[in-house]
Amino acid sequence: MNFVNLVAEKGAAFIPVPMQIKAAHFVYKAKTRLGIYKEFPEFVEAPIPDVSTLAIEDIDVSNPFLYRQDRWESYFKRLRDECPVHYQKNSAFGPFWSVTRYDDILFVDKNHKLFSSEPFIVIGQAPDELAVEMFIAMDPPKHDIQRAAVQGAVAPKNLKEMEGLIRERTRDVLDKLPLNRPFNWVEEVSIELTSRMLATLLDFPYENRRKLVYWSDLAGGGTESTGGLNDSDELFRGMVDMSRHFSRLWYDKKARAAAGEEAGFDLITLLQSNDETKDLINRPLEFLGNLALLIVGGNDTTRNSMTGGVFALNRFPDEFTKLKNDPSLITNMVSEIIRWQTPLAHMRRVATQDVELNGQTIKKGDKVVMWYASGNRDERAIDQPEKFIIDRKNARNHLSFGFGVHRCMGNRLAELQLRILWEELLARFDRIEVIGDPEYVQSNFVRGYSKMIVKLTAKPSEA
Amino acid sequence: MGSITFIEHDGAEHAVEIETGKSLMQIAMDNGVPGIDADCGGEAACGTCHVIVDGNWISATGKAGDEELQMLDMTPDRAPTSRLACQIIATDAMDGLVARLPEFQM
Repeated sequence: MNFVNLVAEKGAAFIPVPMQIKAAHFVYKAKTRLGIYKEFPEFVEAPIPDVSTLAIEDIDVSNPFLYRQDRWESYFKRLRDECPVHYQKNSAFGPFWSVTRYDDILFVDKNHKLFSSEPFIVIGQAPDELAVEMFIAMDPPKHDIQRAAVQGAVAPKNLKEMEGLIRERTRDVLDKLPLNRPFNWVEEVSIELTSRMLATLLDFPYENRRKLVYWSDLAGGGTESTGGLNDSDELFRGMVDMSRHFSRLWYDKKARAAAGEEAGFDLITLLQSNDETKDLINRPLEFLGNLALLIVGGNDTTRNSMTGGVFALNRFPDEFTKLKNDPSLITNMVSEIIRWQTPLAHMRRVATQDVELNGQTIKKGDKVVMWYASGNRDERAIDQPEKFIIDRKNARNHLSFGFGVHRCMGNRLAELQLRILWEELLARFDRIEVIGDPEYVQSNFVRGYSKMIVKLTAKPSEA
Repeated sequence: MGSITFIEHDGAEHAVEIETGKSLMQIAMDNGVPGIDADCGGEAACGTCHVIVDGNWISATGKAGDEELQMLDMTPDRAPTSRLACQIIATDAMDGLVARLPEFQM
């Protein structure tokens, strides 16, 4: 370790995290002004051409408007059929390989020694100064240690304890919804429910819960990382605010524990009671990274599955009839919603050596993007993949949670939240009607809805 | 023809016929044994067909391989004789084997 690093590391233990982020922001701005960093260009939306008019090498699935313009299915189908492991050398995010078939994605995901998750798991990158460290973007063994420290919070045993609370909060939200009058489902249901869940998991001040959503949207929606709308300055400012709140929460929890308060099952408490992570706050980039990971992991994913399920049942109305006739299908439908929506389109890896995959040679150091959204529509693995079928056989065999050591840690919580939502919806409403077209998020990573107008009709009373 | 017994966490027993050459996961799924999800379809990549092999039967099944251990390590219910059922291929020597299911699959 050189002297500068040593000083930096020592300093990190004494300088508050928000100050460090502010300093990093200052360095970033200076470097940008000096021309050391090029400003990442904004994405301007233009109509995306029909895929059949393009040469195969010109296909660029990193376009953040592909989902919004409903071109993603035809683009990925062409890649799956003609060039399942595809190289795009000129994207805004630099050159990258696309892996588009189910079996190939499984291969990449399973072989973490051939395909590293470091330093980022999205197609682009964050500014150097904000290169936070999170275990989703670490390889074993470091990954395993940090993941193990927080896994307990969302382990099935803990969830069993939380089921009553989740149901109570879901009921509270649904009981306040207007009847026979259009409203924005994304805002009133999906965001509200997921922010309540995140606040519970972190034991975060409940009245500030929407902040968690804002930070998570910032962290996952950078222009440079996923083609989103947020620029780096906004990101830095948000991260300063986030680190301030999380530092306060950390020390507050610590003080309460020292005063003899009974330990909860929230994530901060778990981090503080594990030897490997109890001093996490002294490693600011790891501290911020892992908390950001936990809120991003529980935010966009479940939120957009909550919206996507309603949308899917409107696109496939016979399935809603099927569901009403047999509510025991809810559990299976939840898996089908998660497949059909695939709330996160991709995960990125970097090849650690030359690898042959489906006839192509991926070179050591190349960026490899596994497109889960494409694998979940692969006709070779899934029967009639474009259809939403609530009693689909083997519905659990989807790619949305990923496979291997990085498999989604919160998968059981997500399934539980969605199951409860649908149980409570069916108990109340006869019709859940989507009005007009939903609006979509700009991103090549998050497959999300920014707005969806819904009108509810109550169930006829039993009497 | 021999048989294997899966015991659910609540004690419910399911004796199923051995089909040599098939994985224990597949045999459990084919016979509708509850408590196994098999999300990845038998690739040792999800950890949702976790079973705990009873007593000395671990000598018949063998121990978990590296790839399998990596997934098992993420399971809080992990025991010394934990295996992923998809990685155990049934043989006639497993007649009488008992495999216990954890309370939850991850």
